[in-house]
Amino acid sequence: MEQLFFWMLAAGLLISAITVVAVRNPVTNAVCLVAALVFQAALFITLEATFLAAVQVIVYAGAVMVLFLFVIMLLDVRVEVLGKFSWPKIGGVGLVLVLALVGLPRLSSAFPFAGEALHWGHAKVPGTAQDLGHLLFSSYGPLFLTTGVLLLVATVGVVVLCRRDTEA
Amino acid sequence: MGGEITLGHYLVLSGALFLIGLAGVVLRRSLLVVMMSLELLLNAANLALVAVGRFQGIPDPQVAVFFVITVAAAEAALGLAILVAIFRIKKTTAADQMASLRF
Repeated sequence: MEQLFFWMLAAGLLISAITVVAVRNPVTNAVCLVAALVFQAALFITLEATFLAAVQVIVYAGAVMVLFLFVIMLLDVRVEVLGKFSWPKIGGVGLVLVLALVGLPRLSSAFPFAGEALHWGHAKVPGTAQDLGHLLFSSYGPLFLTTGVLLLVATVGVVVLCRRDTEA
Repeated sequence: MGGEITLGHYLVLSGALFLIGLAGVVLRRSLLVVMMSLELLLNAANLALVAVGRFQGIPDPQVAVFFVITVAAAEAALGLAILVAIFRIKKTTAADQMASLRF
C-alpha cells in the first residue's frame, strides 16, 4: 500500500513539476504548479504530517497560487517567445542533470538512517495542529513573533511598491 | 519497483524536484515562470525536511517547514509586486529585457 501510493504521488509530482517548467503558456504553468503542490500535500500525508498537508493546500495552493493567477490575468502575458538558444546554459543544466542522476541515489543512501522503511501508523513524530501549535508557542515563540513582523513588513512593502504616484 | 519505501526514496524525489526547479530558474525567460520554479525549489526542500523529520522522529523540521511556507508566501507577494511594477515600465516580463543596471 505504501509503495503504490508513493510511486503514484511521486510520478504525479514530477510530471506536473516538469510541465511547470516546460510549457510556455503561463496559465498552464500556474495550474500545473497547483497540481504539484497538491501532490506534495498528499506526500506530506504519507509522511504523517497532516497539519502541514492542510497548510500546504490552504496557503500554497490556495492563497499563493491565486495571487500568481491574478498577476497573470492582470499583466495579460501571452505565450512566451523562445529565447536565443544558448549552449553554455543548456550544457550547464545538462551536465548538472547527468551528475545528479549518478550522484543522487548514492548521496541519499549515505544518510545514516536512509534504509529505514516507511510503515504507516508507526510514526514517532506527532504531526497534528495541536502538537505543532504547542511547539510554535513554546520553544519557537520568538521566531513566530518575528514571522508576524515579516508578514507586516511584506504587506507594507507590497502596498508601497504597487502605489501609483498621484501627487506627482 | 518492488521493495519497501525508505527515506532514500523521499530524498531522491526531493532532489529530482529541486533539479527540475533549478532547470526552470536557469532556462526560462519569463519572470513569472522563474518565480514558480522558485516555489518548486522551496517545496523540494520542504519535502526533504518533512521526510527526515518523520524518519528521525523529531517534530522540529515540520515547524521549520511551517516557517518556510510563511516566508514563501511573503516572498511571492513581494516578488509579484516588483514584477507588476517592472511591467508598468518595461511592458514585458522577460528577464533578459531587464538589463538596465548591467555595465
